[in-house]
Amino acid sequence: MAVAETIKRKLTAALAPARLDIADESARHAGHAGARPEGESHFRVAIVSSRFEGLPRLARQRLVYDILADELKSDIHALALQTRTPAEDTP
Amino acid sequence: MSTAIDDHVSQRIRQDIDAHDVVLYMKGTPVFPQCGFSATVVQVLSLLGVKFKGVNVLDDPEVREGVKRFSEWPTIPQLYVKGEFVGGCDIIREMYEAGELEELFTTRGVARQPAD
Repeated sequence: MAVAETIKRKLTAALAPARLDIADESARHAGHAGARPEGESHFRVAIVSSRFEGLPRLARQRLVYDILADELKSDIHALALQTRTPAEDTP
Repeated sequence: MSTAIDDHVSQRIRQDIDAHDVVLYMKGTPVFPQCGFSATVVQVLSLLGVKFKGVNVLDDPEVREGVKRFSEWPTIPQLYVKGEFVGGCDIIREMYEAGELEELFTTRGVARQPAD
C-alpha cells in the first residue's frame, strides 16, 4: 500500500481527526540521502484531533510517532508534524 | 544483544548533555547543517543568541541510533537543555514562535547573547 495511504488510514483510525492534511514533499528532496527513488519518503502532516487535548507538544508528537512506528522505521525518512486540538485550529 | 554497546552510547550522551547547557543532535554541523530540519533549529538558537554544542550524528552511526533510543524519539534533530529533552524541529519552531523557548532558556538559567 502507498505510504501516504497507510499514514492516512492509521492516523484516522487512531485519532479520529477533525482535519488531516498529508503532503508528500519527497520531490523536494529527490537525490537527498534517505529519499527513495519511488518517492514517498518525506511527509508534512497536519492533524487536528480532540485526542490532543490536555497533552503537551512532546506527548502529542510521541502519540503520532507511536501510531506510525513501523513506517518511521522503514519508509518515512522525514515527518514534519503539526498537532492541534479543534479549539486551537482557528484561523 | 548489544546491551553493552547501548550502555556505552547512553553514557556518552548522558555525559554530553550534563556537560553542556544546550546540546543539539543534528545532521551536519552548526556552520554546515546537512538537513533542513537541523538548519531550522540552528537558526532559532542563533536568533536567541544561545550557545550550544552541536553533535553531528552523520559522523557517528552509533550516536545516530543511540540518541533515538535514549530520547525515545525517532527523528533528528533533537534538542537538550540542561540535560532534558525538549523536542525536535516542529516543537522548537512552535515554541520559538510562541515565545516559550526564550522563556525556557530564561527559567533554566541558560546564558544568551542576542545579536545587537
